[in-house]
Amino acid sequence: MSSERRAIIDIQEMRKVYDLGAVKVEALCGVSVTILENDYVAIMGPSGSGKSTLMNLIGCLDTPTTGEYILAGERVAHLSDRQLAEIRNRRIGFVFQTFNLLPRASALQNVELPLVYAGESPSERRRRAKEALEAVGLGDRMKHKPNEMSGGQRQRVAIARALVTNPSIILADEPTGNLDSKTGEEIMQLFEKIYAQGNTIILVTHEEDIARHARRVVRLRDGLIESDHIVTRAA
Amino acid sequence: MRFITDLINGLRIAFGALRSNKLRAGLTTLGIVIGVMTVIMMVVIVMGLNRALKSQLDFLGAETVFVSRWDWQSNNWRDMIKRRDMELEYIDALRDESSEIEAISPFFDTQMNVSYRGAEMSRINVQGVSEEFFITNPKELAEGRQFTSSEVRRNVPVTVIGQEVASQLFPDQSALGKELKIGGWSFEVIGVTSKYGKVFGQSWDNFCIIPYGIFEKRFAGQNFDGLTIVAKGRGEDRVDDLTWEVTGIMRRLRHLDPRQANDFGINTQSAILDQFNQMTAGVYAGGIIIGFISLIVGGIGIMNIMLVSVTERTAEIGLRKALGAKRWNIAWQFLIESAAICAIGGIAGVALAAGVSQAINSFLPTDMPAWVVGVGVLFSAVVGIFFGLYPSLKAAQLSPIEALRSE
Repeated sequence: MSSERRAIIDIQEMRKVYDLGAVKVEALCGVSVTILENDYVAIMGPSGSGKSTLMNLIGCLDTPTTGEYILAGERVAHLSDRQLAEIRNRRIGFVFQTFNLLPRASALQNVELPLVYAGESPSERRRRAKEALEAVGLGDRMKHKPNEMSGGQRQRVAIARALVTNPSIILADEPTGNLDSKTGEEIMQLFEKIYAQGNTIILVTHEEDIARHARRVVRLRDGLIESDHIVTRAA
Repeated sequence: MRFITDLINGLRIAFGALRSNKLRAGLTTLGIVIGVMTVIMMVVIVMGLNRALKSQLDFLGAETVFVSRWDWQSNNWRDMIKRRDMELEYIDALRDESSEIEAISPFFDTQMNVSYRGAEMSRINVQGVSEEFFITNPKELAEGRQFTSSEVRRNVPVTVIGQEVASQLFPDQSALGKELKIGGWSFEVIGVTSKYGKVFGQSWDNFCIIPYGIFEKRFAGQNFDGLTIVAKGRGEDRVDDLTWEVTGIMRRLRHLDPRQANDFGINTQSAILDQFNQMTAGVYAGGIIIGFISLIVGGIGIMNIMLVSVTERTAEIGLRKALGAKRWNIAWQFLIESAAICAIGGIAGVALAAGVSQAINSFLPTDMPAWVVGVGVLFSAVVGIFFGLYPSLKAAQLSPIEALRSE
């Protein structure tokens, strides 16, 4: 880790308490973590460890109860709904386990979607969506609908959609969870390539095999960071 | 510019969603279709009726009064039938004493069979009038002439016939100079009027006009309505003066003392129009209320289906929010969808109304102005926006986490 790299995510003492009326559930009990630019981090942990809560907070889908979150130099912990939407649009590229593509839209239209909300012109949207699809190797599948594609291809479309806004981080939640191991491996190769191009990737997973692709593994347990270490890569 | 792009995007999403659910969208919009159709049909029919009546009353003449024992606006037949008949002498008295009368004619009418050689038409309207009737109620002549005062005075059996009588009894020849039988009596055709057309589905071209003297001689006792005096005034704006003057003279001629009510009617086109407009205004209002109710019912249907649609698409909403859609992006998307369903319903309603109004035009006059189309479609879109508001806001309020989790 060279010292020139800037921190892209800086989380300090983040707590998240869910008020369920009768009981209060503390999902995160003070988590501090810093992720540098062009880092490749896997967040692991059993269910109930606070893994999903942390991912939602990193993805600006939710706001913490207390604590500070600086994303690419911007304090985002207590922004309004509207500002969070903008941050998600510009800063974060989501990749979901279930792909979450619009079923009736073509691959191209799916990839264009974040640019629609960014207010880009149709021609610019088209150009950038094509570029992103070509980058994930789907240059010949642009007009296809999700149900005309394999699971791996669908996830590639979703990755293209995550990349198309040039976000600060790619946030992938169990990206291979719905794929067979061979296809899953292909998707991981794609992440490797994206990482090599200088992107920051955060991978949420419970599979050790998948986590091994990352350069750093953060393990959560009971709302706290249990361990945080650099992956030693086997040749 | 941004707004236009948003609108186009919203429309594209909305139409995509509609296309994938054609049947449901179609059924949902049925209420709107029926509502719009009802309102438009109401407007079309009432406007058509009003126009038809106006054209019929144009034939009565805007500056003409009809004095008879019958008050056209009253339905108190039992009293009116006891009234004394009009007298022909009134005509000279009215002409002499009133400064407002330009022309005046007696008017008798009855139904008679009319024939020429083998051809016969039954129940033709036969009118007995003086030559001044052609001034009080001008008729355009297709051929020939109207009768003269001398023919009226001498009771010459001549007749001016309507276009339909001429074409039915004299199909391939001119009627002029032919001897026609009216109720068995011979009359010489001296004029044929131009075609007037139909009013309320009835032909206004099957009549025979004859001098009133000979009418009395031949058909006395056949005219159940008695004598009507037709008086034309000196302008539409002076009809009230004419009515006032004629009323005074008539009261004196009928020897009414000041406490007695008029025992005659002075009927004018404007009075009938007023009465008819009052009646159609009621029908109009009723129809529009019914249309509104059905639009509201349709709107509630839209709201219901939009709520279902929001629930079904919770995951989609979550995804869109995760990708950066703001609340108003989502609200806008569902609002446009709702407005689009309703506008399509409105277009269908307008189209149906246009078709029905074409179909019934032959027996019920209809009149569909262009603005009705625009108002119909626009109004249904407004209904869509109104009833789509709640589901749209509900969609916009969904938290992205909850929405994504609903997969």
